[in-house]
Amino acid sequence: MPKLKVDGIEVEVPQGATVLQACEAAGKEIPRFCYHERLSIAGNCRMCLVEVKPGPPKPQASCALPAADNQEVFTTTPMVKNAREGIMEFLLINHPLDCPICDQGGECDLQDQSVAYGRGQSRYAENKRAVTEKYMGPIVKTIMTRCIQCTRCIRFAEEVAGVEEIGAIYRGENMQITSYLEEAVTSELSGNVVDLCPVGALTSKPYQYEARPWELRRTLTIDVMDAVGTNIRLDSRGRQVLRCVPRINEDVNEEWASDKTRHAIDGLVRRRLDKPYVRVNGKLLPATWDEAFAAIAAVDHGGSVAAVAGDLVDCETMYAAKALVRSLGSSLLEGRQTGMAYDTSSLAAVNFNTTIAGTEEADAILLVGTNLRWEAPLVNTRVRKAIKRGAKVFAVGPETELTYKVEWLGHDLSVLGDLPDTVAKIFADAGKPMVIVGGAALKDGHGAALKLVETLNLVRNGWNGFNVVHMAAARMGGLMLGYAAKGGIADLTHAKLTFFLGADEVDYSRFGGFKVYVGHHGDAGAAHADVVLPGASYAEKSGTWVNLEGRVQRGERAVFPPGDAREDWSIFRALSDVMGARLPFDSLAGLREEMYGEVPALRHEGLVSFGWSVPAIDGSASGTIGGYPIKDFYLTNAICRASPTMQRCSAELVHGETFAEAAE
Amino acid sequence: MADAVHIPDEAETRARWGAFAWSEENQRKANEILARYPKGREQSASIPFLDLAQRQVGAETHTQGWLPVPVIEFVARAIGVPYMRVYEVATFYTMFNLAPVGRYHVQVCGTTPCMLQGSDDVLAACRNRGLVKGGTTPDGLFTLTEVECLGTCANAPMVQINDDNYEDLDYDRTIAVLEALAKGAHPEAGSTIGRRASCPEGGPTSLKAMVDANHDYRPEWENAHAG
Repeated sequence: MPKLKVDGIEVEVPQGATVLQACEAAGKEIPRFCYHERLSIAGNCRMCLVEVKPGPPKPQASCALPAADNQEVFTTTPMVKNAREGIMEFLLINHPLDCPICDQGGECDLQDQSVAYGRGQSRYAENKRAVTEKYMGPIVKTIMTRCIQCTRCIRFAEEVAGVEEIGAIYRGENMQITSYLEEAVTSELSGNVVDLCPVGALTSKPYQYEARPWELRRTLTIDVMDAVGTNIRLDSRGRQVLRCVPRINEDVNEEWASDKTRHAIDGLVRRRLDKPYVRVNGKLLPATWDEAFAAIAAVDHGGSVAAVAGDLVDCETMYAAKALVRSLGSSLLEGRQTGMAYDTSSLAAVNFNTTIAGTEEADAILLVGTNLRWEAPLVNTRVRKAIKRGAKVFAVGPETELTYKVEWLGHDLSVLGDLPDTVAKIFADAGKPMVIVGGAALKDGHGAALKLVETLNLVRNGWNGFNVVHMAAARMGGLMLGYAAKGGIADLTHAKLTFFLGADEVDYSRFGGFKVYVGHHGDAGAAHADVVLPGASYAEKSGTWVNLEGRVQRGERAVFPPGDAREDWSIFRALSDVMGARLPFDSLAGLREEMYGEVPALRHEGLVSFGWSVPAIDGSASGTIGGYPIKDFYLTNAICRASPTMQRCSAELVHGETFAEAAE
Repeated sequence: MADAVHIPDEAETRARWGAFAWSEENQRKANEILARYPKGREQSASIPFLDLAQRQVGAETHTQGWLPVPVIEFVARAIGVPYMRVYEVATFYTMFNLAPVGRYHVQVCGTTPCMLQGSDDVLAACRNRGLVKGGTTPDGLFTLTEVECLGTCANAPMVQINDDNYEDLDYDRTIAVLEALAKGAHPEAGSTIGRRASCPEGGPTSLKAMVDANHDYRPEWENAHAG
């Protein structure tokens, strides 16, 4: 634990910390461009120069200098001030003065730091260099003349995304950052380089020229594109969400977000349901709320009522629907749209018990029927981190590119009962073994995977290595609220009246009764419904979501739903009046109190403890994994299917279509 | 200016070089090169492999050789690193040609020492012989490039032609070298005025007593001090 002085302030930093970190610990701001705490150290921008004693009588790059005992660091001396001004001048030599038309303007590190540490005027009268734009795919727009070659994007692609497709070609004055042969970067995390870029060289293509940061209203909420529960900030202007960026949450998403999280938001203003519809003579016709409610109230359901929850809904919506179904005399609830019927008697057995952050510590990982890269991209980055620390990864399922080296054990589930000796040995020696079961294996392999808990000793003191990866943001919350019928969705198909809460992945042909779709997008669900009630998307309601590790998180409303659409819980409340089964809450707060009364674990944000118990399931495994549930990462729900950016990503990155760039 | 030559990645380049593989002899050399590095450090072989590949392309096309994109990708596969990493190396070093060159790649040094010693004459000779900067002569023999210092300043001016340096040039001797090469001869590399390496022109100018046998200068220094 080196002890050193920064500007006279004594600090103690952990072994291996850098001088820059020590300066931060002392509360000093060190300007930087290339240094990023989640990436390796490059030390090439030289902006973080400080004066260090003992040492050579010249400024030193603090990001790459290890902190040592008895060092004296100065961050305010004339030498440091001069050095910063000099570096700033160098960086600005070739940087264009196009801030007024740059999307980074207002949130640009270079802009801010040149104001804070620069000379204030330029002495440079020569020609600046210009660099042609590079194509990096449908998410990242490049204006490479602005690039200061900090190489953060290169390091991110290599270290975090695991896709080594960005690099620096040529050298010196001619150095250029580009993707390999200017092909689209095939990472589902490529949007993060936009946030990493300290200047306006890499900006968001879908967001280009949309807004200035100071015009935007920021709302903190939770992403619903997958079950990770990425903490996000929605930036909106007026009634439209213009941008989605990740918030830092070390336990969940660190500071990354997948491209789907970031860019599906343009689907929020397309294909929206903004008024109720009632099916008349086989055709959906616009109606008023009263007419729509009357049509539902007219159904003679005789107590045979069901609710099917979609993948994106919040706990409040599910609770309101559950309360209505219950007050109508039924308990038919299901959220597993595709017909899965795994045992839910112990929620711990279908939870990601190791936790997302805990994954980093694992030293042996077995993936069972999961394409983690698409099912939970930000869990995949944690697995990559574990591998960096020396973890071995094995996988059962069809081979797929996971961005790291995996030893494939075939796609026959029976291997779970009879692991090869080498694998069994590695797991026997492992201190923190981990099994991750995906949706593809949950049907036939859940029992066999649970059996591994015993044979591989996955649950031990302070460590639970049994994990299930869900893909729906609503899943864990739904299971906690009882959205799981014993036989899965098949138990519900006979219902005379069924409410579909934004459920677009259901096989509607199996439902014979009256179908009410409550949702926000005109997708599969709305097309099959008898009555469509327009609801709110995740950006338009305050809600509670439980992520795949059982973490209760709450999000705030960013904008209002369009047209006549209403927040889902209030729809059920109003409908309950018409159906003569009035629900006992009049506000979101009232609903939440009711919900907490029923499921106390939802009251507090943070990890829910499910305890550990293994349900009695047949532990024999048979059958093969034919494929993974997600066929197209970019089009997994109604919002992304409505998003032009996601459609373009899908066409280009999944289906390999090429798009000619418009000549400029 | 910042945009260097376009790197050909057209369909015909892919068609011509897509099936590139080591020749039997180069396969043996490649194995030998790879064996120099510890396991897991195959990336260290990037530069020697690129060089070997460029030479093989040269042998196949009867030129100095260049690195088509499919060949770069072949090298990357051979050492098991992403294409981008090898591509970065190939674009970084000027010794790797990213576009086809002629039989002889004439690299004229134009940096200060050579310039002061008459590299303008050397360039003029090349030009008058029909060479064009950045281009290849129609007969496919010569490609002319002006380069920065190649570290032979003591023998300036100089050109590097493929693997050989020709030094102490002037207009006529440059023409002579080029003519000889054009005829298929192989003029002797090194100084064109017959001095050995960078020995002083016209015999030694200092330490003359050392030329034939070892000589102890120390007593003379003492006298010098005394005086």
